[in-house]
Amino acid sequence: MGRTGLLLGTRKGAFLVAEEDGGRWSIKGPMCEAWPLHHVTWDPGTGSLIAAGGSPWYGAAVWRSTDMGESWTHSSEGLTYGDDGPKIDTIWNVTAAHGALYAGVDPAGLFRSDDGGRTWSEVSGLRAHSSEPHWQPGNGGLILHSITPHPSDPNHMWIGISAVGVFETRDGGATWETRNHGVRADFIPGPAPEFGQCVHKLGLHPRRPDVLFQQNHCGVYRSDDGGANWTDLTPGLPSEFGFPLVVHPQDPSTVYVIPLNGADKGRHVPDGHLAVWRTRDDGASWESLDRGLPTRDAYVGVLREAMATDQNDPAGVYFGTSTGQLFGSPDDGDTWRLVADFLPAIWSVETVQLDA
Amino acid sequence: MPRSLIALFPAAPRQLDVAAKDVEELIRALDGRWPGMWDRLCEPGPRLREHINVFVDGERASLTQPLTPRSVVHIIPAVAGG
Repeated sequence: MGRTGLLLGTRKGAFLVAEEDGGRWSIKGPMCEAWPLHHVTWDPGTGSLIAAGGSPWYGAAVWRSTDMGESWTHSSEGLTYGDDGPKIDTIWNVTAAHGALYAGVDPAGLFRSDDGGRTWSEVSGLRAHSSEPHWQPGNGGLILHSITPHPSDPNHMWIGISAVGVFETRDGGATWETRNHGVRADFIPGPAPEFGQCVHKLGLHPRRPDVLFQQNHCGVYRSDDGGANWTDLTPGLPSEFGFPLVVHPQDPSTVYVIPLNGADKGRHVPDGHLAVWRTRDDGASWESLDRGLPTRDAYVGVLREAMATDQNDPAGVYFGTSTGQLFGSPDDGDTWRLVADFLPAIWSVETVQLDA
Repeated sequence: MPRSLIALFPAAPRQLDVAAKDVEELIRALDGRWPGMWDRLCEPGPRLREHINVFVDGERASLTQPLTPRSVVHIIPAVAGG
């Protein structure tokens, strides 16, 4: 196993938390001029750190570093809907896929870069979908936050937009279909609609690309047919509401979520009891994992991008809270420890293998 | 130019002379020398970003504000943006 590096996007910049000898962790940051960054990740295609977000003064941009954060460049060239279109407020997610980078933005849209994030162009087929005139923002905005590429087909992808739902493309983004059947939207009267569901996070395992999981505003779901139909997995969880969801790197049937106590109840962990919940059977049953976590008086939240696993076996699992704590488990979530505290509100956690 | 903008474009000086007929042309000239600066100061429209203030000879200005050869232009991030 190599050393693990944790890439953090926070309200006040990017951080790199690196595993050191003796179980210690070093902290580098804040980087990127302390910009609010919704996502910091690794682009294996260019061997670069990629950070994305938006400054309240200087707008949305993607930052790049080819030297593990020692120096950065930034660009938003092409990240625009044009002079007649809405202003892009911020970038919520950047995902590397098949040699390209994709960015999800607010107001919702999808952009692609073929030069490592220097220049961008809109994947315009998405906003050309017939549902677009009816898209309405959720609490966090009209945000495209989940970009889930098929592991082997570069033309195949799923995306998630808050309060709009899941969409799938099989032709490189030229056309899209809604994929929300079976997902509740309790905030919309009447039967569940074709779109309007508030997906919070999507996940899949590369060995089972037809099986997707989602944490939604109204529950946790699994699809066995590429998103065409969804099954409710919420029974057994303390709440239907939550944000992050990650799939175990080796076991496609193991998934982690962090339930929160409800959209209108504070959005913190239920009863002040911080716990990660794990299923090992595709959501048929769930277990609470809290050894080493505060189980009382911990009124923290964890946002959609703020949990990740490494590629080790057993897997390291990590999550960051909205109050600046970073927790890690070396053993698939069985035990936890505090890795870092007193950080800015953590918006995203990703892992990278150091010394690779 | 403000410290926070120079931090994004380290090769740019805090103060310089630029020939331009109006504020828009001035910022495009800056962008020509430091690519990407337009996108940091302006949004689609085009217009100045909400929390970017430009003052010409002490008066708050828009992109269309004419400039004279003796105009003094300040680019200042608004306190409201924090």
